[in-house]
Amino acid sequence: MITGTKTKPMMMILSLSKDNIQVQKEQDVVLLRNRVREVAVKIKMGLVNQTKLITAASELLRNMLRYGGGGSCLIEVVTRGRDNGVRLTFTDHGPGIPDIEAAMRDGFSTGKSLGLGLPGAKRLCNEFDLKSKPGEGTVVMILKWANG
Amino acid sequence: MDKIPILRMGSFLLVTIQVDLYDRLALDLEADLVQMVNKTGSKGVLIDISAVSIVDSFMGRIIGNIASMSKILDAETVVVGMQPAVAITLIELGLPLKGVHTALDVEKGMNLLKSMIGDDHGDEDETDDDDTFAE
Repeated sequence: MITGTKTKPMMMILSLSKDNIQVQKEQDVVLLRNRVREVAVKIKMGLVNQTKLITAASELLRNMLRYGGGGSCLIEVVTRGRDNGVRLTFTDHGPGIPDIEAAMRDGFSTGKSLGLGLPGAKRLCNEFDLKSKPGEGTVVMILKWANG
Repeated sequence: MDKIPILRMGSFLLVTIQVDLYDRLALDLEADLVQMVNKTGSKGVLIDISAVSIVDSFMGRIIGNIASMSKILDAETVVVGMQPAVAITLIELGLPLKGVHTALDVEKGMNLLKSMIGDDHGDEDETDDDDTFAE
């Protein structure tokens, strides 16, 4: 991947297709994983990157179900020049994350899990963005380029 | 309600996961498997995950749990057939599945189980080659 240099300004990321899926129960996770896979295959993402993307999505979906009480996931095919990628945006209206810095640390969990979800998802993707307001909810965006 | 079948083969239990796992299903499998180990007095558990395309932190933890729980009940666990992409993802995720015996395929897994049970309290951390090849 080309990193932004002075001579080559960062290209705009354009969204090509959008698909919004509601996630309210555990079985929806399987459905959403399959949907993400379909989209990833369509843009010719390699098997390893597909697996990374879907695993990251799976982690974030679990968080959304367990802590956010369900929410929705927006699946987008995005493009930046010659690169194609998949962008997933998870939105919930749960209690939010009071301490984002702690939540991003390996091994931190308010539940009884391993605390790998958020930091793991970040490692598995090319771009990661987390916004949360206590009492209002959480929005997590991840992006994986087909060849990233 | 989905359920993952557990087959009994001599003194071993054989589990082939053929469906996409979600959390409830994995938890049920954990409970069923430990029950079965207890009920049948099995000495080994073989879990085939060759059809599983996603293992995230939760399922990784369940696999680790099954191995440790069986261990306490005097049974060894071997996980076989992990896809290369899953192995790559697990490590990047930060879940090295320490303490879980692995083998490349069912046959090698069976041999590993037999050898582990044969020399009773043999090597604790004997792991077969868990190198992965692209299919």
